[in-house]
Amino acid sequence: MSDPGTAGMFSFARRFDPAVATAFVCLVVLLLVGSLYSSNFLSLEYLLQQLKVASFLGVAASGMMLTILLGGIDLSLPWTLTTGAMMSCAMASFGLAGAIFAVPFGVLCGVAIGVANGFSVAYLRIPAMIVTLATNAVAQGLMVLYSGGYSPRDFASPAMRYLATGFAIPGLPNAVICWAVIGAATVFLLKRTTFGRAIYGIGNRERVAYLSGVNTRRVVLSVFAVSGGTAAFTGVLLAGYASKAAQSMGDAYLLPAIAAVVLGGTSILGGRGSYLGTVAGVMLITLLQSILSVMQIPEFGRQIVYGVVIVCMLLLYGRGPRTRA
Amino acid sequence: MKEWRFWLAEQRGTATAFAIFALMFLVYNVNHPAGFSANVIQTMANKGVLLAFLAMAQALVIITSGIDLSVGMVFMLTNCLASAIVVGSPVQVAVGVVATLAAGAACGAINGLIVIFGRLQPIVATIATGAVYYGLALAIRPTPGGGVDETIADALTGRMLGVVPTSVVALATVVLVVWVPFRQSVTGRAAYAAGSSEAAAYMSGVPIHRAKFVAYTLAGLLAAIGGLFLTFFTYTGEAAYASGSAYTLFSIASVVLGGVSLFGGRGSAIGAIFGALAFRTIGDLLFVFDLDPLWQPLFQGVVLLMAVSLGALGLLRVRNRLDWFG
Repeated sequence: MSDPGTAGMFSFARRFDPAVATAFVCLVVLLLVGSLYSSNFLSLEYLLQQLKVASFLGVAASGMMLTILLGGIDLSLPWTLTTGAMMSCAMASFGLAGAIFAVPFGVLCGVAIGVANGFSVAYLRIPAMIVTLATNAVAQGLMVLYSGGYSPRDFASPAMRYLATGFAIPGLPNAVICWAVIGAATVFLLKRTTFGRAIYGIGNRERVAYLSGVNTRRVVLSVFAVSGGTAAFTGVLLAGYASKAAQSMGDAYLLPAIAAVVLGGTSILGGRGSYLGTVAGVMLITLLQSILSVMQIPEFGRQIVYGVVIVCMLLLYGRGPRTRA
Repeated sequence: MKEWRFWLAEQRGTATAFAIFALMFLVYNVNHPAGFSANVIQTMANKGVLLAFLAMAQALVIITSGIDLSVGMVFMLTNCLASAIVVGSPVQVAVGVVATLAAGAACGAINGLIVIFGRLQPIVATIATGAVYYGLALAIRPTPGGGVDETIADALTGRMLGVVPTSVVALATVVLVVWVPFRQSVTGRAAYAAGSSEAAAYMSGVPIHRAKFVAYTLAGLLAAIGGLFLTFFTYTGEAAYASGSAYTLFSIASVVLGGVSLFGGRGSAIGAIFGALAFRTIGDLLFVFDLDPLWQPLFQGVVLLMAVSLGALGLLRVRNRLDWFG
């Protein structure tokens, strides 16, 4: 990338993934379609509002993207998210100390679930899809037991509300800043650290990464821990946004998170993809949902259009290779 | 290795699933307050059979090394459809049943076409089609309601000869009519071959496209049979998102318990059925031990986690560390 002169053009072409480009084009098309319906779609307030809504999905998709890059997937997102939300609210009810430790405690609970996932995938060699399904069920069981099957009565701490709804920089919602920080950290991790390169290596072929001297099991364990942490942090933000946690608040995030990562050009088989694409995917999903609800299409129509659009976009640029020997 | 040893190795997953089910069934019935009676069995069967149909559907697709995350939504869609059209005169009821099954098969066929010719990864393609099917279900039933012909519903959820639950007979019939012919056919073998190694199967001239298409279509059909039975049990149709996605996840769990490899090419729908019945029985065990129902989700989750962790025992046999990476 630092080659002088002629390499500039090549590196630009090499770095510019066609899938990411298509995703951004789709994004612009979506905005234009929206603006035909109402000129508000191009207003700054609307776009900022969408960015704020997108940041919750964006945080969740960051961890999901890392696990997908590894060639795994984290299906425990819904209840890890709910665990993060419920546990941070529970902590917040313990006076001043509780209010201070609410956010870290919520995230820590998510990391714990992530470590359980990562340990089973990395050391017990159980496929990620099955084990995260099982830990999701266990987390659900624990939370149902804790909450008695109802929405807990604890409220979010002021810090959580500030993170989700405040404005540290005038005009820019804090939730967006949270996403930006997590996004920047993810990009740094993927592009500038050996750990990040190891993630791509394992996603391409774990055996080779292992033979190259990468401690693959530790990398896998860490990535799932991070994924659990981001999922729980999404829960913390959502609890701060709604000022309390709720049962099954995470269900609405699993499929959009996976869809956002895949629409952003990350291969579901692992080893290929960029964070920029995930950003595009997250905004695509959020805008699509927003436009469908603004147009006041009934719920069934929204679901149908949502599914059809995802299939069509994937047919544009997400197709796999032809079967060959 | 002798021929019968291959056969035995092939049946190990199914046999384990059957053993788990038999054990759980025994524990359940010995401890049930009402004892071992036809009524208890009938209730168990009616709950278990729904998941068994979905587990069969999921197993067919997973054998080709795909996955169908829309199976719960097809189940919801056909439930809503059946609650609208399986009513009226006997002829109308018959037409309604056939139309419901055809709709399910069509959903499966669409999945298959997208995966085969669209060359999309099954996991994301079926997430998207699942949203579409759920949307269609909502379009038919925005609010829970509808009805079903009670004669056929009661006939298929009651008991035969006073002992055998009709739903189990129906399940066995479906196995004989759908699964056994599929397994014996060239297409069925091709499905296993495609799941084991698609490239090798392709080079050997195995009809992998036809095999996958049939597997996805039959999965849709089986999910529709499940949806039809759900309507017979509940007499209504409801498009419940949570229920649909729970059934999808449970179907994968059942398949795993049933000894079907998620990498494809290994296992059988029979194993998946026992996996589903075992999963259901485990979930209900708490009731017979008179524990707080709030413990049920946790108990189910822990059992599931333990079941999948059993797969780690294979690590003890690894002699070369490179075998970790399969």
